[in-house]
Amino acid sequence: MNFVPAHETASRPRLVVIGNGMAGIRTVEELLSRAPDKYNITVFGAEPRVNYNRIMLSPLLSGEKTFDDIVINPLDWYQHNNILLLSGDPVIHIDRAEKFVISRSGTKTPYDHLLLATGSDPIIIPVPGHKLPGVVTFRDVDDVDTMLAAAENGGEAVVIGGGLLGLEAAVGLQARGMAVTVIHLASHVMERQLDGSAGHLLQEELRRRGITVMTGADTAEICGTDRVTGVSLKDGHHIPASLVVMAVGIRPNGRLANESGVAVERGIVVNDVMATSDPSIHAVGECVQHRGLCYGLVAPLFEMAKSCADDLAGINSTGYGGSVTSTKLKVTGVDVFSAGDFSSGPDCDDIVFRDAGRGVYKRIILFEGRIRGAVLYGDTSDGAWYFQLMKDETDVTDLRNSLAFGQAFAGGSATNPIDAVAALPDNAEICGCNGICKGSIVSAITEKNLTSLDDVKAHTKASASCGSCAGLVESLLAATLGGGYQAASVKPICPCTDHDHDNVRRLIRARALKTMPAVMQELEWKTPDGCHICRPALNYYLLAAWPGDYVDHGASRFINERVHANIQKDGTYSVVPRMWGGLTNPRELRAIADVADKFNIPTVKVTGGQRIDLLGVKKQDLPAVWADLNSAGMVSGHAYGKSLRTVKTCVGQEWCRFGTQMSLGMGVALEKMTWGSWMPHKFKMAVSGCPRNCAEATIKDFGVIATDGGWDLHVGGNGGIHLRATELLCKVTTEAEVREYCGAFIQLYRETARYLERTAPWIERVGLKYVQDRMVEDAQNRATLFARFIESQKTAQIDPWAERATGGVDAHEFKHLTAAE
Amino acid sequence: MADILNWVDIGPLDGIPVQGARTLQTASDRIAVFRTLDNQVFALLDRCPHKQGPLSQGIVHGHFVTCPLHNMVFSLETGLAQGADDGCAAKMETRLENGMVRVGLTPSQMAKPDAQ
Ligand code: SRM
Ligand SMILES: Cc1cc2nc3c(=O)[nH]c(=O)nc-3n(C[C@H](O)[C@H](O)[C@H](O)COP(=O)(O)OP(=O)(O)OC[C@H]3O[C@@H](n4cnc5c(N)ncnc54)[C@H](O)[C@@H]3O)c2cc1C
Ligand code: SF4
Ligand code: FES
Repeated sequence: MNFVPAHETASRPRLVVIGNGMAGIRTVEELLSRAPDKYNITVFGAEPRVNYNRIMLSPLLSGEKTFDDIVINPLDWYQHNNILLLSGDPVIHIDRAEKFVISRSGTKTPYDHLLLATGSDPIIIPVPGHKLPGVVTFRDVDDVDTMLAAAENGGEAVVIGGGLLGLEAAVGLQARGMAVTVIHLASHVMERQLDGSAGHLLQEELRRRGITVMTGADTAEICGTDRVTGVSLKDGHHIPASLVVMAVGIRPNGRLANESGVAVERGIVVNDVMATSDPSIHAVGECVQHRGLCYGLVAPLFEMAKSCADDLAGINSTGYGGSVTSTKLKVTGVDVFSAGDFSSGPDCDDIVFRDAGRGVYKRIILFEGRIRGAVLYGDTSDGAWYFQLMKDETDVTDLRNSLAFGQAFAGGSATNPIDAVAALPDNAEICGCNGICKGSIVSAITEKNLTSLDDVKAHTKASASCGSCAGLVESLLAATLGGGYQAASVKPICPCTDHDHDNVRRLIRARALKTMPAVMQELEWKTPDGCHICRPALNYYLLAAWPGDYVDHGASRFINERVHANIQKDGTYSVVPRMWGGLTNPRELRAIADVADKFNIPTVKVTGGQRIDLLGVKKQDLPAVWADLNSAGMVSGHAYGKSLRTVKTCVGQEWCRFGTQMSLGMGVALEKMTWGSWMPHKFKMAVSGCPRNCAEATIKDFGVIATDGGWDLHVGGNGGIHLRATELLCKVTTEAEVREYCGAFIQLYRETARYLERTAPWIERVGLKYVQDRMVEDAQNRATLFARFIESQKTAQIDPWAERATGGVDAHEFKHLTAAE
Repeated sequence: MADILNWVDIGPLDGIPVQGARTLQTASDRIAVFRTLDNQVFALLDRCPHKQGPLSQGIVHGHFVTCPLHNMVFSLETGLAQGADDGCAAKMETRLENGMVRVGLTPSQMAKPDAQ
């Protein structure tokens, strides 16, 4: 994970940064943009990874984001900027007299300037049992990994602390399948940000989602001997739990500074240019105390980063003057906003707006004609506006009567979001986290020809942190570029929704949506029951996410998959029985011949997939045709399915004079293991007995070619519309390995490809390395993928023909209605 | 054609799957009888105006059906092709009375009721 730059430029002063987190690295970015060549920079990070967006740990936990999604600066950023990154190696000592630091690995690094950005430590209440395995905090990726490992087995979790972090942890764990109880000391959750009414609405929403919230609850003890088994409260309650998350607050981490004699009170004391009591040591982030205040949100830290960078670059500036902060809860589907002081006093004027039907609550607290605080629940679209009025200390006396209805109303017009942002003044803040106002975004868009949300993120940082202003930025793009702008970042599945395939998939898992109506309701489908494009995709995603649980929805399948035969241009059907590995025998051939005679089937053809197709079967004859084929031992060949089609084989070592392995047997084994599985698109395999490759394995989704010492595994081939040869995934030696790699590969494809994306375009999109990292390099992950595949096959390998031929399934499909008289 | 319609009973609503269709063979053609999510019943001739695709085999969504052969979408209310496509599927009259479905057949369709 470490990057060592090619060379240091001897003449430059050395800047050593302690803390590879959000504030430290933002300061480095700001410094590089001011004075790119001023310092030789070294960064120490206690965590063994690159700099990532800590705010996004909540969506990482709930499954709405992956680690790759939340990385801010990948390794090549350090490389590109010639920064020496020493991650996984915390600094343990600062020698201010000699000006060097020592890290845990013993590295001694001299500095000219030192930047402390050590963040904060989660507070752990020292109740009995707080050190038991199974007790975690919520601060970094390791904590999330621990929680995810615990959630694998389901069970119960207790979250101590109903603040922002605690609730995000609770929702995440619940999404991961745990039964969650939140224990909170105060009388309602998030009491520092919400008043009682909003707190109540939020608690109700959490209960509705199945999370238990206990308020006024004081932890007495965490129980268990070898690991956590539960939590006891002071009132005698006991809650069983296999995981306990402590989320009761944070404490600025000033340990190193304190030990080296730098002034530390609650945090490391800094002045307005972020210098500590030692002029060659600066500090930024949650670890500092500025004008008596410590902060726990990114917006102030990013402000600090600018002032600090100015000072380090030698630029005179007014410095950092402190921040007013606002809060949003990042729980999908729950909109909560709070800013300022909402404790009403005798001289305060309270404006309250409620709409129980929509679950909306707004409260704005005025003091001497100015906004002093705001609490919004259910509809937070005007949060930024109130916040701006509050920070600007605008006199809102004239707006008082319409204030609760928001900006659109106060402005007199502007009800659509694009007009609303167009109406904002240039100094209106759009991105709260990064303190970016409308004017800077608009000028970036016009001067740098930006056309997408990603462009704006890259150039201005707007919406690059918590992401809740992404909608505003999109509206701003639309307002600035007019008709030229298309929200290209998401390509909706179809006109029924604004979500793209990947989003829908993630949200199905993250929000445990288990039926099609639930998906459409929660994700706000615009049509009552979707269309022929989204319904089959949703049906597949649900089937893949909840195997065994989800009931397949026939009405959402294309006719071929509904009646298990291929529709022909004249409305008749074709029937292709499975021939395992292309192998057949006289009995099967006789049964096929008999069926063709008995039902007057006009065409019998050998397919390109090594089996036999009966074409022109009348729909009402299908069950009887299948019954005859079934009784000769044949099952559906799924020639119609987004599923396993054929496994082509060559005769191989069984007969061929060149064959090096039993390719025929291997093909049959793979087909027996994988048939019946539903996939994003059709899936074809082949096994060749030697590199002459008679089975054409190199244009298959998964191709196996025998060699002298084992098997070459190839993936991502396609012989269809766009010819694509496979790429070599890896080489293996045993037959068991071939089976495991095959199952793991299919499962990875099933879980990550978009509906109707074959392996070839999927691999071109994600890259072969993505696949190799997950199932070749990572043996553990390969094993779990394979296990999940085998698990899902338990309910998939039922012959659909037999169910219909003799089991009476979907009988209505094969009979006409009849007119009574 | 302002024919006099003969209303025939074709069984209970439950005989048709939700978001699905079944067919009725008449003397002159085959009729697709659809049931939508909101439990309304519609009927079209089971013959796509594009290339005779069997509309009864399509995916039913809202008050629309998508032809299984080339994905043209038709309104069940009017028979009209949606979006950029032109064409109109022949619409038949239906009624739902006390949970029983009735279809209005023309005299030529009635000629020789064929119940299979
Ligand atoms: C029957 C068969 C042709 C034959 O007479 O040999 C066939 C017939 C059809 N192919 Fe095929 N393909 C057949 C082998 C192939 C092959 C060769 C192979 O599998 O070795 C290919 C190229 C290899 C590949 O897929 O990479 C092939 C590439 C396609 C494609 C293009 C796929 C692509 O990704 O580009 C389509 C279109 C699609 O799937 O969207 C297609 C679609 C079709 C459909 C399903 C068209 C349709 O939607 O109605 C045809 C159905 C006919 C029917 O009713 O049975 N067929 N098709 C072959 C059946 C094999 C089997 O036993 O199951
Ligand atoms: C789950 C979660 C959700 C959050 N949500 C929001 C939100 O929605 N909005 C918001 O504004 N803020 C949110 N925050 C807070 C925000 O993430 C922090 O305010 C921000 O990360 C603080 O930045 P920092 O650089 O001061 O500290 P950090 O980002 O914690 O960085 C400090 C780094 O220094 C390292 N370090 C410590 N000691 C040493 C040492 N001796 N040597 C080397 N490295 C060391 C630490 O390992 C850490 O990586 C959230 C935080 C969490 C945990
Ligand atoms: S793959 Fe090689 S060994 Fe196998 S049949 Fe073809 S030529 Fe023979
Ligand atoms: S036959 Fe219906 S769309 Fe072509």
